[in-house]
Amino acid sequence: MKIDRRDFLKLAGIGTAIFSSGLGKLGSYANAASGKDDFFFVQLSDTHWGFSNPAVNPDSAGTLKKVVASVNSLAKQPDFIMFTGDLTHVTDDDDERRKRLAQFRDIISELKVKNIRLMPGEHDAGVDEGAAFKEFFGKTHYTFDHKGVHFIVLDNVSDPASTLGEDQLQWLSADLKKLGKESRIVVFTHRPLFDLYTDWDWYTRDGAKAIKLLKPYSNVTVLYGHIHQIHDHNTGNIAHHAAKGLMYPLPAPGSVPKKAPVPWDANQPYKGLGFRGVDVRVKQAALAIAEFGVKGEKI
Amino acid sequence: MKSVRPWSMVLSISILVSVTGAFLMSGYTFGEEKEQVIQITAKRFEYSPKDIVVKKGAPVVLEFTSLDRLHGFNCPGLGIRADIRPGKVARVRFVPQKAGIFPFHCDNFCGTGHEGMTGTITVTE
Repeated sequence: MKIDRRDFLKLAGIGTAIFSSGLGKLGSYANAASGKDDFFFVQLSDTHWGFSNPAVNPDSAGTLKKVVASVNSLAKQPDFIMFTGDLTHVTDDDDERRKRLAQFRDIISELKVKNIRLMPGEHDAGVDEGAAFKEFFGKTHYTFDHKGVHFIVLDNVSDPASTLGEDQLQWLSADLKKLGKESRIVVFTHRPLFDLYTDWDWYTRDGAKAIKLLKPYSNVTVLYGHIHQIHDHNTGNIAHHAAKGLMYPLPAPGSVPKKAPVPWDANQPYKGLGFRGVDVRVKQAALAIAEFGVKGEKI
Repeated sequence: MKSVRPWSMVLSISILVSVTGAFLMSGYTFGEEKEQVIQITAKRFEYSPKDIVVKKGAPVVLEFTSLDRLHGFNCPGLGIRADIRPGKVARVRFVPQKAGIFPFHCDNFCGTGHEGMTGTITVTE
């Protein structure tokens, strides 16, 4: 079933969307995660540090810093913060790429929460196959566990052809074999794993292979970036949720002849930009996503 | 009975092979229309030509050459794609079955202007 945001249940007074599917059916998740603590994490995406076009974002040098301040001001601080790629804007100059990565690292060092997870987007890694990213931040695909949830970070950008590649797929397969079918699994990717809109390159060439590997598991959610807007989709029992970007919004898939950043609206500064908070709630057996604007306002 | 000289048989076979080969090399398939060959160069961050016109039902061969690095060609509307590697000609054969304008783009990330590396194939009736 395709998830439509209008179908989500609203938590009264919180303004948070609760996904009634994806991360888990009520019974199975409650059983699988019983005894585990609820927790909260933040997803930031597509910060594109180094981008410069005043018609698109006249505050390109300030937006990320504002977001850092907003996250620091959240009443409930997250257990960890995940950046889902395109930390920097692409450059063909290797030295400039490293300079941008260093500046990005320095800016996010101001985050109060120090448990920060990073992954590249094609703007960070597509030109040099991830070499500079690895120098600064280490592996481009990895796993970690947090309070009973298994997180898998996949790299579908270091290959300029936007594949995961057979090696990574085998690694994923081996990792999944260690898990029970009821395990709570959250997958982070930069590009969508499914064919969202191939005309705009919004897909992963071998993403279907990863989806096939994940399919036997009943509680899987994929959180990704790349498309600079909220988008919800299901492939079978797997829920996929795209996040907003933090430099410029992109138009809805296929809504205009050519993909290009949405121009800045002086009447609504930072419109279309934002980050998300994700509540992992054991009692409700659900993943709750709250969307925030750049200045930390609930959307 | 009249005998056939071996050298004349060899000559006949050679001529037959040569003629058949020439037909195949020129793009002819017996009973079919000749392929239209279109040469396209790819470089950061453009195709030349970028707008291509072909005819519905007529066989086409797109011959891609990269002048710098790995590029891609992906035309989802016509269901055709190729990797374009430096030093190697990439050929895409197809017979357009529907008229219209079909965008294509580079699908191997190639740098700052990658997202603007696009073109169109116009299929006329």
